[in-house]
Amino acid sequence: MKAFDYVAEVSSVPIGDILRRYPLAVDYLANIRLVGVDETKTLPEILENVDEDMLEEFGLDREEVIFHFSAFLEAFSRMEESIETISSITILGGRDKTGRPEMLELTVTPGEVVSIVGPTGSGKSRLLEDIECLAQRDTPTARQILINGSAPDLDKRFSTGGKLVAQLSQNMNFVMDLTVQEFLEMHAKSRMIPGSAAVVEKCFAVANSLAGEKFTLDTKVTQLSGGQSRSLMIADTALLSSSPIILIDELENAGIDRREAIEILVGNEKIVLMSTHDPLLALRADKRIVIRNGGVTKVIETTAEEEQTLHKIEAIDSALLNIRNQLRRGAIVTNESIPEFQEK
Amino acid sequence: MKLITVAGPPSSGKTSVILKTIAALGLPPGSVGVVKFDSLTSFDHQRYDEQQIPNQTAFAGKICPDHHFVSNVEGAVEWGMKKGLSVLVTESAGLCNRCSPYVNGILSVCVIDNLSGINTPRKIGPMLKYADVVVVTKGDVVSQAEREVFAFNIREVNASATVLFVNGITGQGAFMLARHWQDTLDIRTLRDRKLRFTMPAAICSYCTGETLIGEMYQMGMVKRMEFDDA
Repeated sequence: MKAFDYVAEVSSVPIGDILRRYPLAVDYLANIRLVGVDETKTLPEILENVDEDMLEEFGLDREEVIFHFSAFLEAFSRMEESIETISSITILGGRDKTGRPEMLELTVTPGEVVSIVGPTGSGKSRLLEDIECLAQRDTPTARQILINGSAPDLDKRFSTGGKLVAQLSQNMNFVMDLTVQEFLEMHAKSRMIPGSAAVVEKCFAVANSLAGEKFTLDTKVTQLSGGQSRSLMIADTALLSSSPIILIDELENAGIDRREAIEILVGNEKIVLMSTHDPLLALRADKRIVIRNGGVTKVIETTAEEEQTLHKIEAIDSALLNIRNQLRRGAIVTNESIPEFQEK
Repeated sequence: MKLITVAGPPSSGKTSVILKTIAALGLPPGSVGVVKFDSLTSFDHQRYDEQQIPNQTAFAGKICPDHHFVSNVEGAVEWGMKKGLSVLVTESAGLCNRCSPYVNGILSVCVIDNLSGINTPRKIGPMLKYADVVVVTKGDVVSQAEREVFAFNIREVNASATVLFVNGITGQGAFMLARHWQDTLDIRTLRDRKLRFTMPAAICSYCTGETLIGEMYQMGMVKRMEFDDA
């Protein structure tokens, strides 16, 4: 439906029906201080009794309100459709910091995990930025990003505006003064998810299963511990975020069940790129990108042998986790707490 | 010369966004200039000087910053033309959140930050509503969900703007903003162009220096509040 059709609808249908058809319309009216209106009247009828000076403060006159409101309804109905499915992204190599060509053609599909390893400052964020802005050999790295196998058109590039990539990193926080429930509901509303109660419930359950210490729906998000915050962020990103690509920055210090976190993200058919120094995470990925000096030097497919070693690394990791839990319970760590790993 | 108007609340990251975007433009040094419109004081010129970016600062002082902007922006354009700039950026703080230094046909950028509170987009008036591009900063310190809710609240106020996320520290996202700057119109003057929105009306006795309180001292544009009958 075009904005023009909305104008016709808004002009003839009582506002009460409009509000039921488009729940978001409440927000629009509240934003221009039109609350508690007679729901049996149409918008033009309501506007007849509205102070023109008040509308002028919002940069509107009576007629403009109708067009602006219609544009609003149109924009949000368009947004609903524009959450497109991405079946693959392809990164074509550019140049490293010294101008040497980067031998790279990597296609990643939803459900796949790619880890990114390399020293700090080697160019991991640049790679993300190239993906985020759908670089077409016009960024400093000269990389090209293909969506579903072909170059996206310019309009699409301009309109995606950061919706492609969701980021999770160590120093992110919650700053909204809301409870977990209010927070999740607000996010669900911004995604215009119908029947958000179920998804809020699921998101909360998943977040709690990741977190060491449980929290309730009434807990303020700002009061969550580091691990609880991270758990909620991961569950929310997996289940509520529209971005098809997720970039994770060093999840290892998050104090959560990392394996489960990755499984949750991948299980929701996201493309996951994860910069990490943690062998457990690096090896759990399907592939890993090695970055040095601004360029990708290697793409390694996780070998069968590496997958074998994963079990051993997991054993070491769970031994460490055990010790950590013992300390948490106030126990004394003894020599017996540390298993023998040396197999000759 | 391309003219870009950048507005936004104090400390939202306008200067950092401008610096990173100028870097992303990749134009020869000295070809992009900045005119900063401020109220009382500003230290931004130091940051522009460091990057060898030609810049001028103007202080509104006791004049409404919006009015000060509109009576000087043409002079700014003349300065830019004389300097031979290919891009001129005007930077102004939207001090009463109503300041909207946007001109029809001239690219209008509003910078707001994720830390300013979830309802802030709804509280900012014409400065946000009339912008072509809304740049959101400080996204690296808040959760993905908050970024999305914030962007949603922006779209509720301005459904047609492009919303971009720029990291003022690393410059991530500045590339896309630079693309918008490159694609904007070339102008030689602002004469006879129209503002997108009226300036706040400000002709009352207090504007001209009155300090005494009382109805008899109030003249000109006065807005009276209606109170409940106690």
